Amino acid sequence: MNAPVNGESPLKSEHDIVLARQLVRKLTQELGFSLVDQTKMVTAASELARNAFTYGRGGSMHWEKTNGGDRRGLKLVFVDEGPGIPNLELAMTDGWTSGHGLGMGLTGAKRLVNEFAIDTKVGVGTRVTIVRWK
Amino acid sequence: MAEATLSTVLKKSGKDIKASWARDLAAAQVSAKGRISAAELEQQASEFLNLLTKVAEFARANDIGASDFRQIREFLEGVSRSRAAQGFTSDETATFIFSFKKPLFASLKAEIGKDAEELVEQTWKATELLDSLGLHTIKAYQKTREELINRQQREMLELSTPVVKLWEGILALPMIGTLDSARTQVVMENLLQKVVETGAQIAILDITGVPTVDTLVAQHLLKTVTALRLMGAEAIISGVRPQIAQTIVHLGVDLQGVTTKANLADALALALRRTGQTLKA
Ligand SMILES: Nc1ncnc2c1ncn2[C@@H]1O[C@H](COP(=O)(O)OP(=O)(O)OP(=O)(O)O)[C@@H](O)[C@H]1O
Ligand SMILES: [Mg+2]
Repeated sequence: MNAPVNGESPLKSEHDIVLARQLVRKLTQELGFSLVDQTKMVTAASELARNAFTYGRGGSMHWEKTNGGDRRGLKLVFVDEGPGIPNLELAMTDGWTSGHGLGMGLTGAKRLVNEFAIDTKVGVGTRVTIVRWK
Repeated sequence: MAEATLSTVLKKSGKDIKASWARDLAAAQVSAKGRISAAELEQQASEFLNLLTKVAEFARANDIGASDFRQIREFLEGVSRSRAAQGFTSDETATFIFSFKKPLFASLKAEIGKDAEELVEQTWKATELLDSLGLHTIKAYQKTREELINRQQREMLELSTPVVKLWEGILALPMIGTLDSARTQVVMENLLQKVVETGAQIAILDITGVPTVDTLVAQHLLKTVTALRLMGAEAIISGVRPQIAQTIVHLGVDLQGVTTKANLADALALALRRTGQTLKA
């Protein structure tokens, strides 16, 4: 039996964020990530899942075990159909928050992974893609 | 007089009404077997009939909010509470009142059946009164259930957040599991409260049991550290494992100025030194 290489999990509630974190923990373990790398990826996922839930009115997390050359890694895509981010440069500034956060979620997540891409459109939604290689 | 008639019927045929009501109740509550004793049910039925007879005689109107109805209201609230505790559903609880209608109406009919108009009026009045009492019972039941659930939730919140006194002047808060916002709030407030009560100088926030420290958790920790400082106490965060430390650095959260230790033992050793206490073997 082959374990699935991709999937999707909802981000509709506070509890879904917990489940998403647990799923990412499990996937990184299956991929043989070190404890530090597991923790980094789980923490980045926690940030982006919470943003999708808090600002994006909920959404989902898509995951994929991926190959890049001779490396294996985990790709996560956080998708929501919320209001989008009007000023991305500002949102990607350390310490800037439109709410009551620390304003470190997006920039912190970016520093915790190998690849980070954000695609957002006002009134349409936000999609954040991250990859961490083993 | 309307009320006089209900009261007359209750006084005259109370015994018969009760006998047939008790049979219906017993039949309706078969599923309730074992949850309530026959003696308890009998006792409640007698008391209800007593109180109803009293209000039927003296109450001016069918306004069960009035003070004349205080006794019967309180009695029904008591019944609701015990039913909720015994595990009855709200339907089963309300059946106690609503099943009184059938035998009562039968007696009303026997008494004033010849006067059709009067019978309709009396039946209507009795229906209104019993419906109000039934609704009051359901409301009381729901209130009890809500209180029960609230209490359980509070107990759970408190159970999972014990503040322990480690030493003279030293408290520890071992945090375990996921720190969602609602729980974290309670945890932190609880700790601050204990610091006030005990006059502790040092509080150790132990995050050994917290799998992920993200910006939300970090923010809660920082807020608590700040609050502790304002209260004149000092905070130590323990259980900062190597992988957590590295992640926090990359995340960019500034824990500078906050004393952190890898484990609880190191944190306690430091706290003892700071409070000028020593461990004797
Ligand atoms: N999915 C999203 N949809 C809409 N706006 C978003 C989304 N994600 C982030 N933002 C905006 O970007 C800002 C910065 O996000 P970031 O995660 O860096 O900080 P934060 O969530 O405010 O605080 P925290 O440090 O607790 O994460 C947010 O305050 C919000 O305005
Ligand atoms: Mg955020």
